[in-house]
Amino acid sequence: MFHVQCDVAVVGGGPAGLSAAVAAKKQGAQRVCIIERDKSLGGILQQCIHAGFGMTYFRQELTGPEYAARFITLAREQEVSVLTDTMVLRLEEDKRLICASGEHGLTEVCAGSIVLSMGCRERTRGSIRIPGTRPAGIYTAGAAQRLMNCQNKTVGRRVVILGSGDIGMIMARRMTLEGAQVCAVVEIMPYLAGLTRNRVQCLDDFDIPLLLAHTVTKIVGRERVEGVWVQRVDEKRAPVEGTEHFFECDTLLLSVGLIPENELTAAAGIEMAPITNGPVVNQHMQTSNPGVFACGNVLHVNDLVDHVSAESEIAGRAAARYALGTFGKTLREAACEAGKGVRYVCPQRLCIGEDLEETAMLYFRVGAPMGAGEIKVESGGHVVASRRISRANPGEMEKMAVRLGDVAGDTVTVSVEPREEKQ
Amino acid sequence: MQKTDVLIVGAGVVGCAIARELSKYQLRVMVVDKNEDVGGDASKSNSAIIHTGYDAAPGTLESQLVVAANPMYDRLTQDLEVPFKRVGAILPAFTQEQFETLFAWKEKAFHNRVYDVEYLTAEELLQMEPNLNPEVRGGLYIPREGIIDPFLLVVALAENAQQNGVDFLLGTKVTGMKVRQERVTRVETTHGEIEAAFVVNAAGLYNDEIAGMVGKADYYVSPRKGQFFVLDRKTACRVNHIVLPIPTKTTKGKLMCPTIHGNMLVGPTAEDLSDKLDKSTDEAGLNSVEADVRAMIPGVRIQDAITQYAGLRPQRNPEGLRVDRYDDVKNFLNLSGVRSTGLTASAALGKYAVQCLQEMGLELKCDPQFDPRRKAIPLLRDMTQEEQDQIMQREPLYRRVICRCEVITEGEIVAAIHRPIPARSMDAVKRRLRVGMGRCQGGFCGPRVIEIMARELGVPAEEIQKNEKGSYMITGRVR
Repeated sequence: MFHVQCDVAVVGGGPAGLSAAVAAKKQGAQRVCIIERDKSLGGILQQCIHAGFGMTYFRQELTGPEYAARFITLAREQEVSVLTDTMVLRLEEDKRLICASGEHGLTEVCAGSIVLSMGCRERTRGSIRIPGTRPAGIYTAGAAQRLMNCQNKTVGRRVVILGSGDIGMIMARRMTLEGAQVCAVVEIMPYLAGLTRNRVQCLDDFDIPLLLAHTVTKIVGRERVEGVWVQRVDEKRAPVEGTEHFFECDTLLLSVGLIPENELTAAAGIEMAPITNGPVVNQHMQTSNPGVFACGNVLHVNDLVDHVSAESEIAGRAAARYALGTFGKTLREAACEAGKGVRYVCPQRLCIGEDLEETAMLYFRVGAPMGAGEIKVESGGHVVASRRISRANPGEMEKMAVRLGDVAGDTVTVSVEPREEKQ
Repeated sequence: MQKTDVLIVGAGVVGCAIARELSKYQLRVMVVDKNEDVGGDASKSNSAIIHTGYDAAPGTLESQLVVAANPMYDRLTQDLEVPFKRVGAILPAFTQEQFETLFAWKEKAFHNRVYDVEYLTAEELLQMEPNLNPEVRGGLYIPREGIIDPFLLVVALAENAQQNGVDFLLGTKVTGMKVRQERVTRVETTHGEIEAAFVVNAAGLYNDEIAGMVGKADYYVSPRKGQFFVLDRKTACRVNHIVLPIPTKTTKGKLMCPTIHGNMLVGPTAEDLSDKLDKSTDEAGLNSVEADVRAMIPGVRIQDAITQYAGLRPQRNPEGLRVDRYDDVKNFLNLSGVRSTGLTASAALGKYAVQCLQEMGLELKCDPQFDPRRKAIPLLRDMTQEEQDQIMQREPLYRRVICRCEVITEGEIVAAIHRPIPARSMDAVKRRLRVGMGRCQGGFCGPRVIEIMARELGVPAEEIQKNEKGSYMITGRVR
């Protein structure tokens, strides 16, 4: 068995892993190693050939591969070592990773600390229970995207897309550009799942109909998809009788949600959070296993890669400090809770040490779309931070910084309440 | 024209079991199937249970075959390296009315010579199955009921038969038969005519159509649909045994059981249809599965389903499993009405059919070359760390994990494509290795498997099928 020794091992070389690795190196970790299962770094960004990345982080509009290239260059400059074509099979105790490596065969990576950045996977037909037959031609949007953009294969000619997630809308445009006809994008909720700018640029600009509060109720076709039945749904998401409409198509793309990829995490016995489906972390992105950190979509599904890069730097720096033995002491803890109007808050815990001027970034999502409102962070009966917003959507992540010295109680609650517009 | 001693129509579990049994003798044996892979219909979509036959109608051929077959599976699955486990079944009674029928079920088991069925108290049942509805009053324990990988059973039977000299003509549909002087003289197929000394009809759902070709049309076969859920391995509410409801006249009812790979299986419905191609699931059927199983296992987490499927049992009308010989078609052996219990019965049916063929005049000379063993594809996930290290040193393709949910490498996929019965479609690979059968359902590995298959089969990706002809995955190239 091949052996690798390092200070910080990063599992996954997508945007989260790249950013964490570069940050760990800058923090002073000598040997940082990224373990990537694909043949090259970049993760899902490599198949996202559209523009729209980097507006926050680089203040410049980049394509996915361009965004990835910036970080790959940084990683190279920082002399981050990389094991590509290598998949982690097990995360053992004492921070050992057992991997299958294309170059070296079975490989053991022993690390001072570990950053988990495996990203996420797509929800499938099975998990959303669409009745009907099981023909060819049903793809998750991401699988279709990989086939088209990395393998140069088209997957269909007449398409219905279920789910208005960002990848779904982007694939609606992509398939239209390849000459396919996109009959409709169908969304079960009465509001858009992805970013508004993607609706404008990918659907409206190409006259692709968006059917909100509709869903696919049956798939038809023996060998290949021959069509799908679409129905309107009521407030309880139940199909309304008499609203059935048949779309003749050969392809159904699913963009019905992403699930953090936490097989390794759960198998290693790390505490998981139920709503995010990712590990429970503190503001340093540290999991319940003190030497293991997590960042990016493995933690909670993000809408912007820019957020992932920023959040992953926190994990990378903390992992480096842990490996170097300079990780600060925790004097007390506070739990972060989702209050009114908020679906979840990440991190789930705050560790408060000696530095009371330290600020922690709280990432969260609202439960339903809303107009003007106010975000409040409360602790020990006081409002410790607040901000006014003009609107909020579940598809767009919000964040708030909190000064740790202001955290008074055992809990920190984030809530969002509507605000009366003043003339 | 091709010639053979025995032609078996149908490469399901029954056809393959008969073929393997015949491969023990010095004979030319041929199996034809309209599908591109073995085990493509009822043999793949069922509850994957090896029954004891405790609840069969005593005295019937079905009872005789199932009861005789059950003990064969220990040896058979060892020889063929097919995953099999006797997890045992429980039959819990939740109402007084149900409770009172237990005596009759135990008595029925006795008449079927299944003597090891025991009564269980409510306490014992809840200890064995903590997730059982606490209103349970008592039940039966049927210890020898087992779970198996049904796809691998068929593939392994076929591969072993092939290694021992049987020819498989897949993607070949029988279109007609010529009967002359009370014998089938020629079998017409989509790939030419075959002259066979004996013909065995093991065509399952299509058994009636084949029998009709020799003028036997005094019955018909209708599909009885069963819809199932497969739950994620990680689902919190699990069962350890096959939890059976008390059977009704039409069906064994909707059960919950572990699969041999650690998922939970929930189903099936029993719906009589006329369309033999209708393998669709529907909301009403799936809802009824959920409701019925919830009555037994109140905490079942259907939201953890990773997929749903429907299978079609070949229901004979008039009913019953039959093995028929005819005075006016002397070389034609007809196996009809092989339904729910067919997966189990196949091991005995293979031997039964060979005995019939001998009585019909087929000369059986033992083949000293016969090897009962078939080696499975070595699976990385089942190996110790040392074994994983060794195989990766020896075979570099085992270093590349393609399906991350089920931990399947390129080495295993390439092996499946080049086996004696080759996997030539995405689903064929999936049935053999579980690639894409995990929680991501192929979302991640699908595009990679297409690439590997195209390379190994030497065809463009556009020709890779999901399953049967026409189930293309790729429509062309990006412009």
